[in-house]
Amino acid sequence: MSSATLAADDSAAGTLRVALAGDWLLGHGLPGADPVLDRLRQAPKPASVAFDTGALGDWDTGLVTTLIHIHKSAEANSVQVDASGLPEGARKLIDLAFAVKEREGARRSEECKSLLQQVGEGTLEVLEGGRELLAFTGELVLSVGRYLRGKATYLRSDVFLHIQEAGADAFPIVSLISFLIGAIFAFVGVMQLNLFGAGIFTANLVALAMVREMSAIMTGIIMAGRTGAAYAAQIGTMKVNEEVDALSTLGINPMDFLVTPRVIALILMLPLLALYASLMGILGGMIVGLVMLDVSLVQYVQQTISAVGLNSLFGGLFKALIYGILVALAGCQQGMACGSSAMAVGQCTTQAVVRGIVLIVVSASVLTIIYINLGI
Amino acid sequence: MADADPHIVAKDLTMAYGDFLIQQNLNFEIQRGEVFIIMGGSGCGKSTLLKIMIGLKSPKVGDIYYDGKAYWASPEPEQTQMKRKFGTLFQSGALWSSMTLAENIGLALKQYTDLSDAEILEVASYKLSLVGLAGFEDFYPSEISGGMAKRAGLARGMAMDPDILFFDEPSAGLDPISAKLLDDLILELRDSLGTTVVVVTHELESIFAIGDNCVFLDPVTKTQLATGNPKALRDHSPNYEVRNFLLRGTAPKEANVA
Repeated sequence: MSSATLAADDSAAGTLRVALAGDWLLGHGLPGADPVLDRLRQAPKPASVAFDTGALGDWDTGLVTTLIHIHKSAEANSVQVDASGLPEGARKLIDLAFAVKEREGARRSEECKSLLQQVGEGTLEVLEGGRELLAFTGELVLSVGRYLRGKATYLRSDVFLHIQEAGADAFPIVSLISFLIGAIFAFVGVMQLNLFGAGIFTANLVALAMVREMSAIMTGIIMAGRTGAAYAAQIGTMKVNEEVDALSTLGINPMDFLVTPRVIALILMLPLLALYASLMGILGGMIVGLVMLDVSLVQYVQQTISAVGLNSLFGGLFKALIYGILVALAGCQQGMACGSSAMAVGQCTTQAVVRGIVLIVVSASVLTIIYINLGI
Repeated sequence: MADADPHIVAKDLTMAYGDFLIQQNLNFEIQRGEVFIIMGGSGCGKSTLLKIMIGLKSPKVGDIYYDGKAYWASPEPEQTQMKRKFGTLFQSGALWSSMTLAENIGLALKQYTDLSDAEILEVASYKLSLVGLAGFEDFYPSEISGGMAKRAGLARGMAMDPDILFFDEPSAGLDPISAKLLDDLILELRDSLGTTVVVVTHELESIFAIGDNCVFLDPVTKTQLATGNPKALRDHSPNYEVRNFLLRGTAPKEANVA
């Protein structure tokens, strides 16, 4: 295989002869067309460009793109191109490439936006997202109304399936995370409280933290990543496949059929999972406490019971209920708003998780302030 | 075909996505029992027109009249009532992936009739056998081929014995033989059930094989260029674009209006 060469010969009057030799194959170090392009720009310009390809070996796209460069430059400098010296295949390919004129406006230009514009557009997008979520919440309320009046179309088996997926199937991950969180709290508590000789209060710390805050928030975040994402992906894919349209054409409201059963499942399951997470957390804390503290099982349990009042318990469960609504809303809303490509499904799933977690954290702060003011 | 009034009428239809105009001033009539083709080049708004006809997207101006009754001007409960007389086959079948074929077909029946589960299953089996899928009741959509999914989608569309069947690109993605079989099936169903059929397609062979009437949408002028029998349009349309489309781009410039 011989290497590709390009030589521009200006000696003939008015004609620039371009000699192409060797194998012009992509990825084999092709010479650029620069000598020819430079010459075309210099005055006095040649009247035409011709090609000598007697020594040309194999060629592929590499040759044709170089020739197209030369063609365009020649056109721009109003120089005639005499393509007769080129191999017939290459000539046809060039004709084909120029056969349909570039459509005006089809080529995208890179637009550089100013920082101010980007911030403005970002803000508008956030506002628009909030508005969409509110509108969706409104539709959900209407759908729940239809459920209560018995006018909604849904499959009861679907509701139970979603309850199983959002409930029992989440046990392993919820167990693991809440057990470990309880244990970590206990470690920190034992270390610090032992300094004052108040190690037994580790039981209070773990129980209160788990029951009031941590179990609800951790379960919420787990479910946002697990179930919220699944909802967005399921509904988004159904949207891409026109399955949602197929429901609408049958006169079945997609909100009633797809969204509300999922929301109901999460609303029912999240408080139960949070209750279970509290138990697992307290268990994790207890094991650490019993190993590291000089207390008996009965003492620890007594201390835990005395620490957790019903107010704390119901306060925590109510939070879990709110998180359940928010996670389901974020997931289903993103699914229903999904575009019509595989890429869009990925984006809506990501958005569902991000929004779910943001909503959980924001509402956790708000609820905590409300609880403090109510003295719960 | 008892009454002479047209089954479906489109009046002064303009469709747009926001400010982006797709088509305007569409006017056509579809007779009962007719196979009506909506055709045109890619991106001319064929599928959008279908979406407006089946109630998925509202037109910007104008309305679709079914038996003289305006669809988009009707309140929602009546729209739902009218929609029940439609059957739709989506481009990819759009079967609900979490349900078996029998459940897919049975959903509408379960919803709108008082049939028992056993009766629904019987109807589902019958509809599946009509489209050549007898025995596939318990298959999930992911377990069957694309051509079968389309036929199952058709069976679902026919579940409620619709007056009108809509097809979105029925032969897209099918091999020539399956496409031909689907065309034959469409004609047979029309003949035996008297259903009005509306088909969005640009497959010329299908158009000539099944079309009684058609509308040609043009993406450049953004309106309809012709309506009528596809074969007559091919041979005698005064419009070059229409003849050129129907002759796969080989039409002579001069019209042969004989």
